[in-house]
Amino acid sequence: MAAEIKAPALRALPSVPPALAPDSMVESKPYVAAEKINEAIGFPGKLDDDWQVVHDKAIAHMGTLLKRYRSLKVYLDACVHCGACTDKCHYFLGTGDPKNMPVARQDLMRSVYRRYFTLPGKLVPKLVGARDLTRDVLDEWYTYYHQCSECRRCSVYCPYGIDTAEITMAGREILDAVGYGQKYSNEIIGKVHRVGNNLGLPGPALLNTLEGLEEDTKEETGVDVRFPLDQKGAEVLLVTPSADFFAEPHVESLIGYAKVFHAAGVSWTMSSHASEAGNFGLFIGNYEQLRTIALRIREAALELGVKRIVVGECGHAWRIAYSFWNTLAGIGQGAKDPFAVQLQSQLDLSYRQPMHICEFTWDLIQRGALTLDKDANDHRIVTFHDSCNVARASRMGDAPGGQFEIPRAIIRATANHYHEMMPGTTHEATFCCGGGGGVLTDEVLDLRVKGALPRMEALQQVVSDHGVNFMATICAICKAQFSKVLPYYGFKMGMVGGVHQLVSTAIRLGAKS
Amino acid sequence: MSAVTFAFAVLFYFAAAVCAAGLVVRIADYARTPAPLKIPTTPAPTTGGGVALRMVREVVFFESLFKGNLWTWGLGWLFHASLALVLLRHLRYFTEPVWAWVAFIQPFGMYAAFTMAIGLAGLWARRFLVDRVRYISTTSDHLMLALLLAIALSGLSMKFLFPTDIVGVKAFFLGLMLFDWQPLPASGALYLHLALVAALMIIFPFSKLLHAPGLFFSPSRNQVDNPREARHLAPWAARFEER
Repeated sequence: MAAEIKAPALRALPSVPPALAPDSMVESKPYVAAEKINEAIGFPGKLDDDWQVVHDKAIAHMGTLLKRYRSLKVYLDACVHCGACTDKCHYFLGTGDPKNMPVARQDLMRSVYRRYFTLPGKLVPKLVGARDLTRDVLDEWYTYYHQCSECRRCSVYCPYGIDTAEITMAGREILDAVGYGQKYSNEIIGKVHRVGNNLGLPGPALLNTLEGLEEDTKEETGVDVRFPLDQKGAEVLLVTPSADFFAEPHVESLIGYAKVFHAAGVSWTMSSHASEAGNFGLFIGNYEQLRTIALRIREAALELGVKRIVVGECGHAWRIAYSFWNTLAGIGQGAKDPFAVQLQSQLDLSYRQPMHICEFTWDLIQRGALTLDKDANDHRIVTFHDSCNVARASRMGDAPGGQFEIPRAIIRATANHYHEMMPGTTHEATFCCGGGGGVLTDEVLDLRVKGALPRMEALQQVVSDHGVNFMATICAICKAQFSKVLPYYGFKMGMVGGVHQLVSTAIRLGAKS
Repeated sequence: MSAVTFAFAVLFYFAAAVCAAGLVVRIADYARTPAPLKIPTTPAPTTGGGVALRMVREVVFFESLFKGNLWTWGLGWLFHASLALVLLRHLRYFTEPVWAWVAFIQPFGMYAAFTMAIGLAGLWARRFLVDRVRYISTTSDHLMLALLLAIALSGLSMKFLFPTDIVGVKAFFLGLMLFDWQPLPASGALYLHLALVAALMIIFPFSKLLHAPGLFFSPSRNQVDNPREARHLAPWAARFEER
């Protein structure tokens, strides 16, 4: 890795795609997981010394995935190399490395798929761009399937809806199956199984942290706002990313949620068993991990006897909660296994299950149940960064697009100064922060800084035009990533914060009973 | 019956069989492979009717490509719409009497051959002129465009350069369909045109032309956005529930 990481220069918008810079990012790869880390979550510890064994295992696993996932099979077949996706990936726009063009990233696997699973690839490999799986190819997969944040922006523009995230997940799943896992994601998955959250924060430490927050909030507001943990019989179970417990600016949003629950008079609790909304099983594309981690939420809900499940500000967690929890753990309607049936009889299905904290807060605002002083946020000139998993892989509210409208409605209800970033960089066309999908680790900081370029350019525009000084977002990874990379572009790291940070500032407690 | 007639008759039976059987196998394969998770690219329709409408917009207007790249969309749409017209026009060689609407579109179908060639040439030019598209183009991408362009040009040549006995061509194809073989008129341009078309039919189920059926099976486009209301469970994933 380069000794000094520098941000690329910001260009005026709309900018043109960069010139191709082949292999410019070939050195940027995350640490490989140690044997113990892989084995702890049921994967082979390391690559077999005999390449043939690795090769056969990888191809066999690819065959399994092709039978399990229609997305993989159809997407590997359907691409016509039209090029519509080539200038859509933030990592390509920031680095110019052609293998970061979505189609080229897919072709790293498509070439192998053609060689082993299609007739023309077996007969005339050269003609159709098919190639054998070699150690070099596997290394290339490791490098470039960890330069994708699974943000799905390319899938918006593909005429067949090909989602590179599905290919990336399959690539990482195959790498895990042969003992070539990524340290960052696999270590965190181990922690969530062992301790209950991604940060490895044990129950007593969590309790201590929450008590500290109660004191701080009392000092700030003079009101006894509770941060309950493991409270049986509470109405709401809040599941939030563990960064919310102490990382800045995340914790400001947690304080915001607590104030909202307090003002609404709704009893709530967090759970030490399920003290994490994040689920890195998604990043490595492993269904079993995804499911086991999701089941913790159901177990906690059953144990605590809650009637509602609400999810805090976290992008991929909301995708999993909204799109997958019903499938994985029966949180929603229609599951038939005994535990899910028990859960359904317990949950109040007159509410959306699960519910996003923004849906929860917006419902209260619409009912006039919260007293909000917009002027309290007058020192902030706000813009909103749509997080990829919320924008392109989930919904809020009853109508398509609610995931865009509801957070913005909350911002407008809590702040006087709001400006949108340029169309084509927000809503379904939003750019990833550059740190999503399991690359939020410092050994790939170079990639993270460059991948943030398109967002930074759009931000610079509203900073110049409107004096924007606060970029609100509803994702723990976005918040952590921006806190780290904003300074590289000459912005203050404190510019990023949560939507509920704005709520926290504006809300007046005790004004209504 | 001449050897050429015999060869083309056999070739077309073979090509039709490979194309049909190949597509049936592929489509059955897509249909049988489950999509275990809800992954529509959102915002997505919340009803089945909405999904059908989204699919129509994709198939007829190439909605996503329109958002993605206007040049590719314009050239691609021109090519596909022209191809559709040309194919429909060709129904006159397979029906007796010719259906009224096929007779009606006949003149448009003739012009469509030109616009089809223009669209193809434009798409091919992109593979040379845009560095990103040049980078991702494989030999087979170029050959596929060459094949389609050659089909269009050889077809046009029969209209404008080497007039062909189309009554005889029609008799040949009606004969093929009724298993009552008729002689194929002797014409180099015709032989070339037919051989290329047969090649395209044979290649179809093994190539990227699978994008046509593939679109209908794309989970990011064909799924309803209702995961909270209805549980979605693949058979292989349902087995985990039994443990």
